[in-house]
Amino acid sequence: MTQLLLFNVFNGLIVGAFYALMALGLSLILNLSGVINFAHGGFLAIGAYLAYTLMPTLGFWGALILAPLLTALLGLVVERVLIRRLYGRDPLYSLLLTFGLAYILEDGARYIWGAQSVPFPIPSWLTTPLSSSLFFLTGYRLFMVALVAVAVGGLFLILNRTRLGIRIRAGTLDLETVSVLGVNVGVLRNLNFGLGIYLAGLAGVLAAGMLGLQPTIGTSLIMPSFVAIIVGGLGSLPGTLLGGLLIGVASGITTVFFPSATEAVMYVMMGLVLLVRPRGLLGEEGRTQ
Amino acid sequence: MSARAKLAWTVVLWIVLLTMPYWMGAIGGYTELASRVLILGLGAMAVNFLLGFTGVLSFGHAAYFGLGAYGAAMSIKFFAPSTALAIVVGVVVGTLAAALVGALIVKLRGVYFAMVTIAFGQVFYFIAFRWNSVTGGDDGLTGWHREPLRLGFTTIDIVGNDKAYYYLVLLLFALAVTAMGLLLRSPLGRSLIAIRENERRARFLGIPVEQHIWIAFVLSGLFAALAGTLYSLLSNFTDPRSLHWTLSGNFVIMAVLGGMRSFWGPLLGAAIFVVLQDYVSSHTQNWMSVIGIFFVLVVSFFPRGVLGILRRRVAS
Repeated sequence: MTQLLLFNVFNGLIVGAFYALMALGLSLILNLSGVINFAHGGFLAIGAYLAYTLMPTLGFWGALILAPLLTALLGLVVERVLIRRLYGRDPLYSLLLTFGLAYILEDGARYIWGAQSVPFPIPSWLTTPLSSSLFFLTGYRLFMVALVAVAVGGLFLILNRTRLGIRIRAGTLDLETVSVLGVNVGVLRNLNFGLGIYLAGLAGVLAAGMLGLQPTIGTSLIMPSFVAIIVGGLGSLPGTLLGGLLIGVASGITTVFFPSATEAVMYVMMGLVLLVRPRGLLGEEGRTQ
Repeated sequence: MSARAKLAWTVVLWIVLLTMPYWMGAIGGYTELASRVLILGLGAMAVNFLLGFTGVLSFGHAAYFGLGAYGAAMSIKFFAPSTALAIVVGVVVGTLAAALVGALIVKLRGVYFAMVTIAFGQVFYFIAFRWNSVTGGDDGLTGWHREPLRLGFTTIDIVGNDKAYYYLVLLLFALAVTAMGLLLRSPLGRSLIAIRENERRARFLGIPVEQHIWIAFVLSGLFAALAGTLYSLLSNFTDPRSLHWTLSGNFVIMAVLGGMRSFWGPLLGAAIFVVLQDYVSSHTQNWMSVIGIFFVLVVSFFPRGVLGILRRRVAS
């Protein structure tokens, strides 16, 4: 029993790390540009499939490095061509646009790579269990947790130490002032969007190694990411991270006792948070208005 | 538009709706498609009650639509073989869920409101998907069908007769949109429009904004649930897709396509969308891409919707 519980808590932590990685990207875009990026799951799938295509020539590690970058590049183009035109308008329109994009990306992946799931090989030395009693503790799982930690650490370093990051954070608080101070807001939003999409692509490559790869891989991960943002607190990136891990672990534990409520428990948590603390666990006051 | 022109258009509209099953076949459609236009049109009008007239961005209406669908299906399958009862049960279930969710979210605004409605919209999908023994899981709820209408003095066969069912749908549609129109003309409706135009000013005028948004949310959920019950009774079947967030998005695009600021716009949008989807999905495997590109085009080139553009042209 303890074994099973431990297994599911750990599993929940990994899944939660995916949610968090995806939700952090969503949060970045939402906070700076006010766009709910429905296509985030689509970009995640594209990242995973690009890695799948690159792997025979570049190997796992080459694909892991290059695929998210290429996905980010696609994100930069999409933002520049389609989304930028909608910034001044009702948020409804960008929401519908990314909704349509989600359709196109999922269907595009299906068209190019097929509707059936494809094998996504990971280096064999990562797949063997590290210990016989804790059978679930494979190298790949530990590796995923470590890589997510590195990615999140890197993101916070960028946001706190680089000029781009500082401008993104400033823009989140008051875009107009940042613009008046001479920052090119268009470029800032573009790069910020690319950064968010990079995280989605990275999450895609990692998730494909664990969950398998089919065109709907992104669609199944996007809703929990929304929940993670709401639970963690709107406008707060540490909150988003916390929210992702929390709902991951909560659904992991629920799987042990009441498997049919695996997903529902996230929404119960969200309902409770909204009831007790509408701005989310670490949310700033006034961001929800 | 003058009052006379308005009246003329309304008469034309109802004549079109009343005769639809008889010419639908001539232009390549079928009676069920006509019923679907009305039902999804009612769903889109329900969403637009919030979107276009209260000005809050709700993106999760498939939840109440789908709960209506499941409520009706389960009422017939597990409780009693009565179409009338099924509709009542479905509407009550969907409305209660809207009341509950609405109470949690009325304090949020803008994109955050949208995001929470999206997320909440999905909880019922997962329940329907997972709770196999009751909901039939991914395969949906089968093994039941709509029952003849027993009115006491006579019985109307709506089971085998598609046209008869269409007129039942039309009757309920007419009642619902009449109620919606009267509500929008009432002091409550005027207050909702005031909130849309300027929430702060509405608040200063003493309108209890949160309470009004909650009422609008519940009413909108009620109409959506009614549409949902009619939808599952139409195909004698319901599955988790009737609760999925993609359907919520479709309702919103129907409203935008037809024209959010007009009362009948969403119905027109639904007609265009339903016919397009029916046509595209029978001609290509990649209908999702076509619908996706359609979304992008509508947002980029027709943000005011068809009726919005027409009205502008008439005015200028």
